[in-house]
This record gives sequence, structure tokens and C-alpha cells, in this order.
Amino acid sequence: MPEHRTVALFGGIYANHLALAAALADAQRRGADAIYCLGDLGAFGPHPDKVFPLFKEHDIQSVRGNYDDSIGNERADCQCGYTDPRDNYFAELSYDYTMANTSPPNRAWLKNLPSEIRFQLGAASVLLCHGSPRKMNEFLWESTTSTQFLEYLADEHQADVICNTHTGIKWQRDLSRNRKFVNVGVLGRPENDGRPHVWYTLLSAGDSREITVEFIPVPYDHDRLAAEMRAERLPEEFIATILSGWWTTCLEVLPAKERRRGRF
Amino acid sequence: MTATNNNAIPRVGLSHLDHLWFQVAGTLCNLTCHHCFISCSPHNDFFGFLSLAEVKRRLEESIPLGVKEYYFTGGEPFLNPEMTDILVLTLRYGPATVLTNGTVLKDEWLVRLRAAEELSVYALEFRVSIDGFSPEVNDPIRGEGTFARAMRGVTKLVEHGFLPIITAARTWPIEREQEVVGSFCKMLQAAGYSRPRLKILPTLQLGAETGRTCGYAPEERVTTAMMEDFDQSQLICEHSRIVTDRGVQVCPILIEAPESVLGETLVESQRPFVLSHGVCWTCYQNGAICSNPSSGDKDA
Ligand code: SF4
Ligand code: SF4
Ligand SMILES: [Fe+2]
Repeated sequence: MPEHRTVALFGGIYANHLALAAALADAQRRGADAIYCLGDLGAFGPHPDKVFPLFKEHDIQSVRGNYDDSIGNERADCQCGYTDPRDNYFAELSYDYTMANTSPPNRAWLKNLPSEIRFQLGAASVLLCHGSPRKMNEFLWESTTSTQFLEYLADEHQADVICNTHTGIKWQRDLSRNRKFVNVGVLGRPENDGRPHVWYTLLSAGDSREITVEFIPVPYDHDRLAAEMRAERLPEEFIATILSGWWTTCLEVLPAKERRRGRF
Repeated sequence: MTATNNNAIPRVGLSHLDHLWFQVAGTLCNLTCHHCFISCSPHNDFFGFLSLAEVKRRLEESIPLGVKEYYFTGGEPFLNPEMTDILVLTLRYGPATVLTNGTVLKDEWLVRLRAAEELSVYALEFRVSIDGFSPEVNDPIRGEGTFARAMRGVTKLVEHGFLPIITAARTWPIEREQEVVGSFCKMLQAAGYSRPRLKILPTLQLGAETGRTCGYAPEERVTTAMMEDFDQSQLICEHSRIVTDRGVQVCPILIEAPESVLGETLVESQRPFVLSHGVCWTCYQNGAICSNPSSGDKDA
């Protein structure tokens, strides 16, 4: 198993190659000795093929997200499980676009990504997954996930630190025996707080068993991303999110607390 | 599962106790809806209230089992005089969802509950059931004046800062879904709920519902063959149990069936359940009907 001192963890990329490049530069500046992605390379953004060379150049290993699993296996939909007709309409649009613009070799690469990644960070064992360690597309929101459930996951999956993504909003919880659960957020789109920057997470091993979790904001050229999205005729609703920082679609899955913090 | 006989009745095991339900108001309700699947009414005390002390005991019992979310149903939960205290307490243990008809909510309760939710890291979800987008559709099913009263409940929840999920049993043909849901949303917005949240439930053929349409035919049973290639996590009994005043039972839908009592403790109740009932067939056809959309496809 690989051993690290400081790792940068990237949540869903959603084809945001500009934020990915900015986050990579930032993580290197902060001395990360490894960079991992927790899945969902495509979705939402423009030119999905643009993120793959960055993954290869920087040797970023990734977990397979639901989107990667769908695109890689050419499934019928993205497996987000939306039931609202409007959410579904947008989900389908971006799924069809991403499928059509992801090259066959890149699709094959996505298909073969692992469902989890494990490594040592100092004395702590870390488990990276996409939705939850038991289910790729399970949403774990801060306000709807009890601490005792996270303790159960940590016991069941034998990890000191469990990290996930998939919901799009970062959060963390301290567990017993110095263990932790961390949702690393996403690089793909802002987190519904009215600010256009995105987030990644830096985990560092201290001298004892203590692990430090830092959420890092990533400003990037979001105007340029919006222009690229417009040129690709992606929905104006998505572009509005990139520019304003407020979510305009896929709101049905937000629990009351997280929904209340947003505008729509 | 070893399928020796394809017509055999399958049993479903509990993968993990994700959702713990409480039949907190028993079968007591201020309304008498025609389709109520456990025939609740102001006089049906077949199941009784759960006390705050009993809920507290169960919450404590649920911690070592890693329960993720708590759900409260009845009857009408807010007929239980300890309901506000129960929810305030639960928010110390985890996320809470309460299923209400919205007709008996009091301002002072909502003030307390909103404050408790604000202090908690966990969400308090209200699910208000209505049956249509107008009194003409709703009231013949749920009773005279209930549409207006439920709408006042929704408005009150919104005024207190909640974002209730409005659940409607499907009483219209599925082809008209878009149109029905669209006008329903417009009506909610006109009533002051600017970002309405909706969830449509299939109608169950149980209890009073049997009188309204028809019961189950003998062939309407889940079989072992039907369970092959079926995602069992779609069934509530695969990840939930419910506490009632008779013990721990398999799911909120089947509480009237004596065989649905699985034990006195949560641990005992974790054994598998045989899907012998007709309503299991509806469950199978429609997927989970009782959870919130935010849980992801585990509860689609
Ligand atoms: S459906 Fe709900 S509101 Fe209607 S009688 Fe049953 S418990 Fe009461
Ligand atoms: S009614 Fe549904 S949830 Fe309940 S036991 Fe039958 S299949 Fe399971
Ligand atoms: Fe995802």
C-alpha cells in the first residue's frame, strides 16, 4: 500500500479542466506528495477529453464515480437517480454531450478505474470512495448522515479516514478513536454558496496519529469556462451556476438544510 | 438466494438498519382518508402513541447499530402531545423526517422545532401529504376542507423557515403526471411556497384502500423468480424497521399483519422477512415509497 505525508484529494471534476489545472498548480505549491481523484471526471462542463492528459501527466489515480461507470460502460444514464422531470432533462442533456465527446480510449480508461483506493497517511489508513464505501451513487450529506452511521462505515470498511465526494458540497466529521469522515467537495462546480470558486481537500499526517484536514478554495478563470460552455451550446442554466456560484438544477436531491443555504 | 422453486415466496434480509421508523401516533389521526393504508381515524387506537421515554430508549438502542436516519409517522404524529419534544431530542441523534397531514401544526411548536434544527447539524424534514392540486380532487379522498387546511399548514411551515416536501398519492393516470404536477407547483407558488419540493407516491391497496378500489388477486404476489436481477435495496424492509407499541416490526406499510412483528429489540428485528403479503407486490412494482430524495438511489 502506498504511503504518503500530504495528499491532495480532488472530488468530481465534471470536465472543468481549468479548475483542475488551477488545483494541480496549487497542490504542488503546497507540497502534496500525491494527488488522487474521487471520481466523476466528466459531466456538466465542456470538452470532457481535456482532463485526461492532465491526469496522465500528473499521475493522478482515480476512483470510478457513477459518471465514469456510466460513460465507461456506455450505460443509458448517469445513475444519479433524479426523479424530478426538470432535473432529468438537464442530466440527460449533459450525459449525451459527455458521451458523444469522450473518446473510446478515454472511455475504456474510465471503465477500468477501481471502486476504491487505499493508502497510508502517516499512521492512519485512508479509504477513498465515490458516494460511500458500500455504494458508488449513495449521497452522504452532512445534514442527513448520522455520526453512528459513519462509525459503522469506518468499522465495517476498516479505515481511519474515509473520504468521498458525489454530493458536490464538502464537509467533515470527527469520529471515535481519532477517525474521520471527509467529503472532499468537487472541482467541477461551485458549492451553491453564491461564490464562483471551487474546492479541493488537503490531508496531512502530523507527528502523532492526528490527521489534518484543510479545505482549499480554488479560484480559476470561470468566465473562460462559461465561454467554452456557451460555445459548446451547453445549457444556460449550467453556465449560470458556473458564473454565480448558485445551483440552478438537480436541486431535488438537496436535504432541507443544504437547500435552504442556496438561492433556488 | 438459491432459487429452487421459482414460485416460492422470497425472503429479504436487512442489509443494514439505515432507517429507523417510529409509529409515534399509533393509528390515531384527526382525518379519515379513504386510501389510508392502515385505516387511521380519530377512534382507531389499535396502535397507541409512543412516549418520549420510549423513543429515547430506542434512539439509544439504535446508536451501536449505526442507524443513519429517523422517520416518524402515524396516524398524525402531531396528535402525540410529546411530539415536539420527541423531534427536538431526535435531532441530537441524527436527521429526522416527520410525515404529517399538515392540519394540526401550531406556531409555538414550529418556533421550537426550527430553533432545534438550527442548533443541530442534522436536518428536520417535514413531509406533508395532500392528494391533489385542488379541493375538488383532494377533499373527496381526505375529507371536506382538508385541502385548504393542509395548504395553511404548508404556508405556516414555509413562514417558519421550513421547506416541506409535499407528498401526493397518485390518484391520476400516469399519462397526466406532467400536467398535474405542473399545475400543482404553480398552485404552491401562488400560496407563497417559492421553491416547492414534491414527491409522488404510488397508492397502496390496503386497509381502507381495499374498499375504494380492489384488493390483491392471488397472482399478485412476489415470487423468487421476480427477485432475480432485482435491486432489493428498493424495498424498505431491506434497510429499515419500525418501532410500534407492540415491538419492532418489519416496515411501516405492513404493521397490521401479526407476522410483521419481528421482536422486542432492534437486534432481534434484524432477521430476514418473508414477502408473503399482497402489498409487498405493490412495493416491488413501485420501489421504495417512503424515503426522501436526498438519500440517493438507495431510496429512489
Ligand atoms: S392517510 Fe394520513 S392523514 Fe389520512 S387518515 Fe391516514 S394517517 Fe391520517
Ligand atoms: S410491504 Fe414492502 S417493505 Fe414491507 S415487507 Fe413487504 S416488500 Fe418489504
Ligand atoms: Fe457522482
